[in-house]
Amino acid sequence: MTPLQTPAAPAAEHRTTDSAPRADLAAAAKAPASLRLRRSGGLAVRYLLLLAVFALTVGPFLWQLSTSLKGNGERVFGYPPQLLPTHPTLHHYAEVLDTVPVLRYAGNSLLVATGSVLTNCLLGSMAGYALARMRFRGRAVATGIFLATMIIPFESIMVSEFLVARSLHLTNTLLGVMIPGAASGLSVMLMRNAFRRLPAEIEEAAILDGAGEWQRFWRIALPSVRGTIAAVAVFSFVFSWDDFLWPLVSLSDQSKYTLTVGIQYLSGTFTNDQRVIAAGTMMAVVPLLALFFALQRFFFRGVGEGAVKG
Amino acid sequence: MTGRRWYVPWLFLLPALAVAVAFFIVPFANTAVLSFTDASTLGGGTFTGTRNYARLWSDDQFWLSVRNTLLYIAVVVPLLVALPLGLALLVQKRVAGIGFFRAVFYSPVVASMVVAGLIWSWLLSSDGLVNSVLRGLHVIAAPLPFLTDSRLLLFSSMAMTVWKGLGYYMVVYLAALANVPKSLLEAAEVDGAGPVRRFFHVTLPLVRPTMVLVATLAAIGSAKVFAEVFTLSDGSAGPGGEARTLVYTIREVGLGLGGEAGYASAMSIVLFLGTLGLSVAVTRLNTREERA
Repeated sequence: MTPLQTPAAPAAEHRTTDSAPRADLAAAAKAPASLRLRRSGGLAVRYLLLLAVFALTVGPFLWQLSTSLKGNGERVFGYPPQLLPTHPTLHHYAEVLDTVPVLRYAGNSLLVATGSVLTNCLLGSMAGYALARMRFRGRAVATGIFLATMIIPFESIMVSEFLVARSLHLTNTLLGVMIPGAASGLSVMLMRNAFRRLPAEIEEAAILDGAGEWQRFWRIALPSVRGTIAAVAVFSFVFSWDDFLWPLVSLSDQSKYTLTVGIQYLSGTFTNDQRVIAAGTMMAVVPLLALFFALQRFFFRGVGEGAVKG
Repeated sequence: MTGRRWYVPWLFLLPALAVAVAFFIVPFANTAVLSFTDASTLGGGTFTGTRNYARLWSDDQFWLSVRNTLLYIAVVVPLLVALPLGLALLVQKRVAGIGFFRAVFYSPVVASMVVAGLIWSWLLSSDGLVNSVLRGLHVIAAPLPFLTDSRLLLFSSMAMTVWKGLGYYMVVYLAALANVPKSLLEAAEVDGAGPVRRFFHVTLPLVRPTMVLVATLAAIGSAKVFAEVFTLSDGSAGPGGEARTLVYTIREVGLGLGGEAGYASAMSIVLFLGTLGLSVAVTRLNTREERA
């Protein structure tokens, strides 16, 4: 990529035009104490900013958590805002369980998300393996189809998607919620890129040993891309668990709702008590946040520095 | 690769390909076809030529949705290009506890849009935290109708989108920043470039391609915005549905009782072309700038 070369120019420019810096550097060497002071000043500013962003990002969650724990007699609004509940109670959590089948919704979500993880890992890696390691006529077309699914916004096909699902008798079923996302283009492409990086020698050795196509895939290739599989698993789980629009469109039977649709329903219909809504929200988000903090290195590996070290 | 039977690759591909074709390619083709018919969700429909598209032209609800969606893009994209970059620079340095901060900043990304919507509707409701604090500090006399005024509802949704997107794009930028060679920054420092200069002359040109990527993703995401507006307004998109977005209108028209599948499909095609156009436009803009 060309941009990698561009910055060399401005840097070189400075070298020739600026002469002040060296004097500055010399001054810094003479007075290490002031430099250290400036460094720690910079560090303090950095932490202040970090704390400010901390408050902005996690504050809303904490406020909701605090609301969910406040007793019925306690103020949930007004000024100054009362951040800590004076009489913390789990009463509202019990109330959510009484009014809304949250556990059932969570079970539905778990079923759909687990199914999505399994299919994306298995089907995604099978397809990715074929695209990366096999030569055959039609490969470009197959790749194009998976890329196209990444370009076509789901929102633009949801009406037809609903009609297709209905003609297959999949609407209003959890299977129907799961299947359209069962092998996303992203999963296939991530797996393809991971398999591409495997050295050919490993496979050649396996061919000499007489391993068949499936054995080479299952025993040799798949175990070497565990990192990417983990990333695909995490992505599919979170995507499926958080999905709102498709379950909203395809499910009509309340008992089949996933958690996102059910929780939205809770705020709309069941209750006017903010404490109960807050408790419901917490029940929906806390398991996912816990999972995230436990697995966060996979997230950052997946999105960031190359998911595919294997 | 010897002696391989021709169908073996297709056996590996078949399950995933079947899903992609059945649930993306077929519905997409179907959307294109339906957009020229008067089909309803109950079925049927005869070919009506470009009548749906002509009808869009004079449909106030459609234009309102398009205007709102464009406003969304115009406000959200610059914010999501700039703020996460600042955040990435802030968490890039390996100081004590930075891993914790990175994870925390990412946590809104993990929460579902619905959860975020419920939390934000409580923050922004008339007796919610934001209004109580503003009133307590005597900034305002009466609570601001963040969720019941259409314009404010739209801006509240934008704030929520930005809040939820910050962490995601921060990670994208972190990956880009990791690729900025240290030697270049050090050379610039030796030459006396302060942090600001180093940023504008060394870091910025190097992360520019990532900024384009972020702009494209944020623009496409904003073009598809639905859940924010839906959850913050309890499904109403504000009084009279005035804060409706394109996807909101597509769902309302296409999937309500006796939905007009054909007409909604025409809107869907507009949405598809819009998102396609956005990514092409952003890429074009960038290559032209690079050449200049």
